[in-house]
Amino acid sequence: MKELAFLALDVAKAYGATYADIRIIERQNEAIIIKNGRVEELGASTNYGFGIRVIADGAWGFAGSFLVERGEIERIARLAVETAKASALIKHKNVTLAPAPIITDSFTSPVQKDPFDVALQDKLAVLSRAEEVIRKTPGVSIASASMEMARHKKIFASLEGSYIEQEMTECGAGIHAIAISGNDIQERSYPNSHGGDSATAGYEFIESLMLGEHAAQIAEEAVQLLTAKECPSGEMTIILDGSQLALQVHESCGHPVELDRVLGMEASFAGTSFLTLDKLDKLRYGSPIVNINADATIPGALGTFAYDDEGIPAQRFDIVKDGMFKGYLTSRETAPILEQTSNGCMRADGWGRLPLIRMTNINLLPGNSSLAEMIDGVKDGVYLSTNRSWSIDDKRLNFQFATEIGWEIKNGKLGAVIKNPNYTGLTPEFWNSCDAIAGQDEWRVWGLANCGKGEPMQVAHVAHGAAPARFRNVKVGVGR
Amino acid sequence: MIDVKRIEEVMRIAVEHSSADQLEVLASAKETALTRFSNNHIHQNVSETNMGLSIRAAVGQRLGYASTNRLDADSVKAMVDRATEMAAHRPPDDRFTSLPSPKATRKRDLVALSTVDCSPERRARQVEQLIRIAEAGELTAAGAFSTGYNIIGIANTLGVLATTVVSDASLKTVMMAETSSGYGSAIAVDVDDIDVEKIASEAAEKARISIDPIDIEPGPYTVILEPDAVADMVSFMAFAGFGALSLQEGRSFMKERLGQEIVSPLISIWDDAFDDHTIGLPFDFEGVPKQKVSFIENGVAKGVCYDTYTAAKEGVESTGHGLPAPNIHGPLPLNLIVGAGNSSLNDMVNGSERAILVTRFHYTNLEDPIKTTLTGMTRDGTFLIENGEIRSGIKNLRFTQSILEALSRVEQVSNERQMKDAFLGTIYVPALKIREFNFTGATQF
Repeated sequence: MKELAFLALDVAKAYGATYADIRIIERQNEAIIIKNGRVEELGASTNYGFGIRVIADGAWGFAGSFLVERGEIERIARLAVETAKASALIKHKNVTLAPAPIITDSFTSPVQKDPFDVALQDKLAVLSRAEEVIRKTPGVSIASASMEMARHKKIFASLEGSYIEQEMTECGAGIHAIAISGNDIQERSYPNSHGGDSATAGYEFIESLMLGEHAAQIAEEAVQLLTAKECPSGEMTIILDGSQLALQVHESCGHPVELDRVLGMEASFAGTSFLTLDKLDKLRYGSPIVNINADATIPGALGTFAYDDEGIPAQRFDIVKDGMFKGYLTSRETAPILEQTSNGCMRADGWGRLPLIRMTNINLLPGNSSLAEMIDGVKDGVYLSTNRSWSIDDKRLNFQFATEIGWEIKNGKLGAVIKNPNYTGLTPEFWNSCDAIAGQDEWRVWGLANCGKGEPMQVAHVAHGAAPARFRNVKVGVGR
Repeated sequence: MIDVKRIEEVMRIAVEHSSADQLEVLASAKETALTRFSNNHIHQNVSETNMGLSIRAAVGQRLGYASTNRLDADSVKAMVDRATEMAAHRPPDDRFTSLPSPKATRKRDLVALSTVDCSPERRARQVEQLIRIAEAGELTAAGAFSTGYNIIGIANTLGVLATTVVSDASLKTVMMAETSSGYGSAIAVDVDDIDVEKIASEAAEKARISIDPIDIEPGPYTVILEPDAVADMVSFMAFAGFGALSLQEGRSFMKERLGQEIVSPLISIWDDAFDDHTIGLPFDFEGVPKQKVSFIENGVAKGVCYDTYTAAKEGVESTGHGLPAPNIHGPLPLNLIVGAGNSSLNDMVNGSERAILVTRFHYTNLEDPIKTTLTGMTRDGTFLIENGEIRSGIKNLRFTQSILEALSRVEQVSNERQMKDAFLGTIYVPALKIREFNFTGATQF
């Protein structure tokens, strides 16, 4: 394989590339979904191919193919260079890359229990047990349980001399209950919505979720929501659970600090960012207790790796420190604008896609409060849990999230369940209204396996550490 | 170019190797390229060549799935065995009756050689033309210009065998001034039909006339939604309720309302893959020929679309709307059409005392699929209309609005329609004028 990788680089260079890299990736995947008592999906897939990225005439070109053969590698290398030369017809200046270390290394993510060695019947049994509990709960309309496991074997080689092999194993699972009565549809999920939770780990992660033990609770809550009262409307104090905060961090901090987005490279798709370069080190992004970092080194987290897709080592750095905006996610192309080197955030969705700046693990760091203490400090508010819907404007300012469930808080006590909760706000105002964050004991990392970006669309696996936090004067019950 | 014969050969190997009771093969090949630009230059320029093979094996009533993009004979046979092995390990599904039997399929390839052969240099030259228009207006252009083709083949052991080739070219751009932006887009089978100058000029004009947008209080307003905004809204509606699975599971807004008026009589929505204003396959991903399906006719809920599985449950025929297996969403329409009215966009503007004109929506998402509560932002050209004229651009607004309620308050439908690239295939839609559209928030630009 090494020979084929070097062949690609040699051909690209011969045709005029001044920089080239190749990624050869093999992905193995297994997915199971059980819904309403029947196995909805039970499938295995493999995907294999390579992508070559070059700079020629000072501009980028990229081409990829499924056929990992000598002749095709030569064709694709030539096509990548031809494409770069077409890009160069409309350029303002030559692409320059920040320096990168030359690395020869290999990395395998730790796995205690290989998910592909676990018997299919055992996996089905885990899901069936949880799904059955949900399905047999009176009032539940739709019950489902799912798990997915994947292994990526990735080779990166560059004309500069790096050669890196990485093997990453990921596992995830979740359960879901839907209750319907007339026009009222309510849902509850565990451990999180949108497929559950995932990690860069082996089957031990799925076992640790103990899906069966949580099935009854989410089923009963889904049914309970049908007769719950509507979320109140107005400005009030809200407390968000860690899973919802994870998505709040994702949309209102993770995306706007992607430096390619800030520089307009995503303008025609999901948009730009309010965190323009003039705001670095100057904008009070949040209250002084808000600390957010990027950390691609957290053991087992879904956004963890050893090297990004430019061969840059995984790193940890501040994004928001004591409420002040401190840093962007960068690449070798964008980092020089800040007079920096890349902080290692370039990743691609497989062999056929170009690496883009992607979140790694973007974390709201723990504070010194607790959920109980935060509730105790609320006279009139709501506690909201588990994302149901999300939306944010094309500069990442105005957001609106709906959650699956909420609870009233009255005079420091958690009260009745409320349904159809949603809340809205403007990013800096919202984070500046944060007056308490729970501590390390309630902090955990949430995997998010559906982060979309780019054209053609790419899906990245990222994660967010968060503990429950409290925000004052937030508009809830929107559109009632 | 990868040819149809290669696809047919792969399918033949799979079907002949099968030891399952029934076996289905979905094979595909594609070559796609996309030139992306921002800040008035090309910053990403990519292409991908790929093939794919998905197997659905039935052993009695047990179904197994396997897929790969390794298409040498040994790999194909291994995937057939893998799918069959997966089937053997799962419990039977008593609702599975059979894979579809062959039916006469209308042969149609929607392919233009100019699109298939489009070179990186040609895309670059057309992007250059667009950027020159942006620069002439002192604007910054971003966007994407893509070209490519797909070959789709379906075969099963009952005798289904169908292939088709489809090409498409798509251009979209956002043009930005200091305080405003505008949008233009087009999609076509033939890259020669993409009118770069028209798209660029529309986007530039939107950006020009929305400079220095004013603040406006959120609340209920009469809105004029241009086709891009209508496409987004109707796509979410279709996802939430036009498929048989959502109806059978009780999560469709159509449930218990078939035959009833659910929106304005001015609204008709159907799916027709053979309409000239859509880019459709002649058969679905089970090889069943596509049927025209009416969802809403003059405001009345008429029906939903089916795949083999959901059709068997009701004892009806599949309408040819199956998605690639395994599929948790059930059948969905990929070639939606909204009926035309008799107004022009200008009529709508001229006849409005006070209204908001929306170019398109951004980041829309359903909060409630039965009530069809949708939230999202306006983007790239939002305008205040007063006394029949565009008065100024306005800062973008957030809406939280039931789609059904919005479509119940339609006052006018445009006679002109546009084909748009939506998240459910392509969609051919008019502009709509709707009263009391609920804007619930505002942003700072």
